[in-house]
Amino acid sequence: MNTKTEEKFFRMLMFLSTIFIVGVLLLIVVSVLYKGLPSLSFTMLTSIPKGGFYFGEEGGILNAIIGSIYLSLGATFLAFIIGWPIALYMNVYLVKHHTLVNAIRFVFDVLWGVPSIVYGAFGFILMVFLGVRASLLAGIITVSLFIVPIMVRAIDESLKSVPRGLLESALSLGSTRSEISYRIFSREAFQGIITAILLSFGRAIGDAASVLFTTGYTDRIPTSLMEPSATLPLSIFFQLSSPIEAVQDRAYASATVLISMVLVISLLSRFIGNRRN
Amino acid sequence: MNNKISIHNLCLSIDRQPILKNVSLNIPTNKITVILGPSGCGKTTLLKSLNRLTDLIPGVQQSGEIMLDGVNILNGNQDLVDIRQKMGLLAQRPYPLPMNIYKNITYGLRISGRRNRQFLDKRVEHYLKMVNLWDEVKDRLKDPASALSIGQQQRLCLARGLAVDPEIILADEPTSSLDPISSKLIEEKFLELKSQYTIVLVTHILRQAKRMADYVVFMYLGEVIEQGTPDELFNNPQHPVTKSYLSGQFY
Amino acid sequence: MKHIRLTRYRKWRNVFHQSWMMIALLAMLFIPLVLVAGLIMKSMLLLENHPLFELLFSSDWSPLSSRFGFLPFIVSSLWITILSLLISAPVCLLTAIHLTQYAKRWVLRIMHPVIDILAGIPSVIFGVWGILVIVPFISHQLGPLFGKSVSGYSILAGAFVLSIMIIPFMLNMLIELIKAVPNELQEASLSLGASKWQTIKLVVVRKALPGIVSSFGLGMSRAFGETIAVLMVVGNVTRIPTGVFQPGYPLPALIANNYGEMLSIPLYDSALMLAALILFLVVLMFNVFSRFLILKAETH
Repeated sequence: MNTKTEEKFFRMLMFLSTIFIVGVLLLIVVSVLYKGLPSLSFTMLTSIPKGGFYFGEEGGILNAIIGSIYLSLGATFLAFIIGWPIALYMNVYLVKHHTLVNAIRFVFDVLWGVPSIVYGAFGFILMVFLGVRASLLAGIITVSLFIVPIMVRAIDESLKSVPRGLLESALSLGSTRSEISYRIFSREAFQGIITAILLSFGRAIGDAASVLFTTGYTDRIPTSLMEPSATLPLSIFFQLSSPIEAVQDRAYASATVLISMVLVISLLSRFIGNRRN
Repeated sequence: MNNKISIHNLCLSIDRQPILKNVSLNIPTNKITVILGPSGCGKTTLLKSLNRLTDLIPGVQQSGEIMLDGVNILNGNQDLVDIRQKMGLLAQRPYPLPMNIYKNITYGLRISGRRNRQFLDKRVEHYLKMVNLWDEVKDRLKDPASALSIGQQQRLCLARGLAVDPEIILADEPTSSLDPISSKLIEEKFLELKSQYTIVLVTHILRQAKRMADYVVFMYLGEVIEQGTPDELFNNPQHPVTKSYLSGQFY
Repeated sequence: MKHIRLTRYRKWRNVFHQSWMMIALLAMLFIPLVLVAGLIMKSMLLLENHPLFELLFSSDWSPLSSRFGFLPFIVSSLWITILSLLISAPVCLLTAIHLTQYAKRWVLRIMHPVIDILAGIPSVIFGVWGILVIVPFISHQLGPLFGKSVSGYSILAGAFVLSIMIIPFMLNMLIELIKAVPNELQEASLSLGASKWQTIKLVVVRKALPGIVSSFGLGMSRAFGETIAVLMVVGNVTRIPTGVFQPGYPLPALIANNYGEMLSIPLYDSALMLAALILFLVVLMFNVFSRFLILKAETH
């Protein structure tokens, strides 16, 4: 084949691929909103399901919204107080040990790839072993386990770009490394840290496989960490399979709420990320 | 003097930031023309605009004329492949293509459809000998080019450029990443090659310019300040900026 | 005096923070080991009674009579994973080349958020979309086109949903990889008389090839472990699938669907944990191999 026609042919394919990706994204958002928006109402957002989430035709999805927020806030907080210091440790304390830091990065990258259901299954054996029921706390711990790698690597990437000269000059001014970590490096990488938190929160709120085992599902809004809790992904997953239309509507409403939250998070982190440049 | 390339009022800007301002100059045939100037003065951009590599820069705008053998190559309907094949480029650092030594040399030929094995073999040997690399690599032509030393890679890149039969060699500080011995080899090659090729050499090393130049162009902040024979420019600079540059007040 | 006290306080604080950082790091590196150990311990119960070979290559799955053949699940997982890569890999590679080599800057400005948003959409939403759009499409359009009357809940539906899910993940990596190919290399090829397309084909893609292969590997491992979205559209029938229109039952779906009863049937929990272990090990292998390939290519 003539290389000019070949190029034209492939350029057309490339153009189509790009259009395809944009098209699919639009199709996903539109099809979910098309089904979900009509069922979204004030009662839907502000009441809990009545008569059981799987059979009751009345009520809304407040239990799932509140549950998901509790769970994701808790897990993100836990992952942050673990992941943030780890990332600082790698970039401020271990600067000398290049190979070690790269090995740690490698491990976290690999852990990032571990499917959430494996964490869920692991959480489940742990719960059986300890004799505890599915609860908000178990969910928070399990979800935080799988977002820590994301948190660490995302913060690490932004700390990596802090110039090394800053560390040297701060050390020569007599700062301790912990002061450099939390006062200087964290401030320099502030926007990156916020983006990492948003990214982790988005992952936490959207994951179903890990909470399936550990958090349970209930119609009520949890009042303590030891109670099971509903979550938006499971609210979609469970209620969508119901034969009753009113129940399915709750699933679509949950999907609309979830996708809106995730879109807001995406746009927010893009906005913050752009301000840096 | 016979001119291979003559540039008239070339202006080039990137995102409306002017990089070259009204550059006019002549590049004589089968001579070494040295473009001299401090770093960031636009000499590399000027060199790359000669074979239209500047087209790759996002947000670029060009105006003016670059006449190659009497034809304006900035004119839209020129065949870029033809123009580029007439000029071999030697960059600041050697960039061997991600393939073996043999394929690096024959890349340009194979691209234009020459596939005859014996012909390619002969060419490889000829051009590798031309850059004094044949004896060093003849037993490992199938090794990846990245396995060579930097100095060898730069000579390979020169041979690769010569293998497409260019008329012009564009060299962008070709010795800046090399050790003194490899640098000397490249410089000697250039002096040999100028009987057959028109060479444009960009450099910020004054001594190199003095050693090599048949014709010198001095640039500063995107403008051609002064041009002439080495004798005129080095011994009797007219412009105050040229004078202070030559006396070492800035680099 | 005050000065000395302050210094002592600062030093103490430094020690405190450093200890916490170290504990957190060690704990996080330790947890995967505990995870593997836990999964192995749990699956040992099953492995003691059944040889591994039989578990992996028998297609008889009847937990109630204590027969655990994983083959239908493994085959389903492979079908879906490979098929999803076949769909997404060319799309990703073509788009990445388009965005890095040909596209105008405003296209990039649109595509970056598009990729980010797509990456952030939760798995379960992809599942909803699959049920709303893909499953009916296969059932009403694609199936009849091939002369088949199908429900739409199938290997193909799972693979298609998955392929969309891994696109942003692979595309981001590919864009970075292709961007990392030095400009000068392209200039060298162009000045030897190659056209832009020849340069892309022979130099850019060639240079990025190890990275491209490993990003496909990472995409595959992501697809292999993905649970909810696939579970929702794949049909979940325990049988070795022989065509893309048939329902399948991949490993993650097996775990997710049956955790409720796993404590009431003997050895069932052990079998599901073995499934999780297989999942973990396969994903781990793919990940380590792919990332290793990237590292090697970078240092070369």
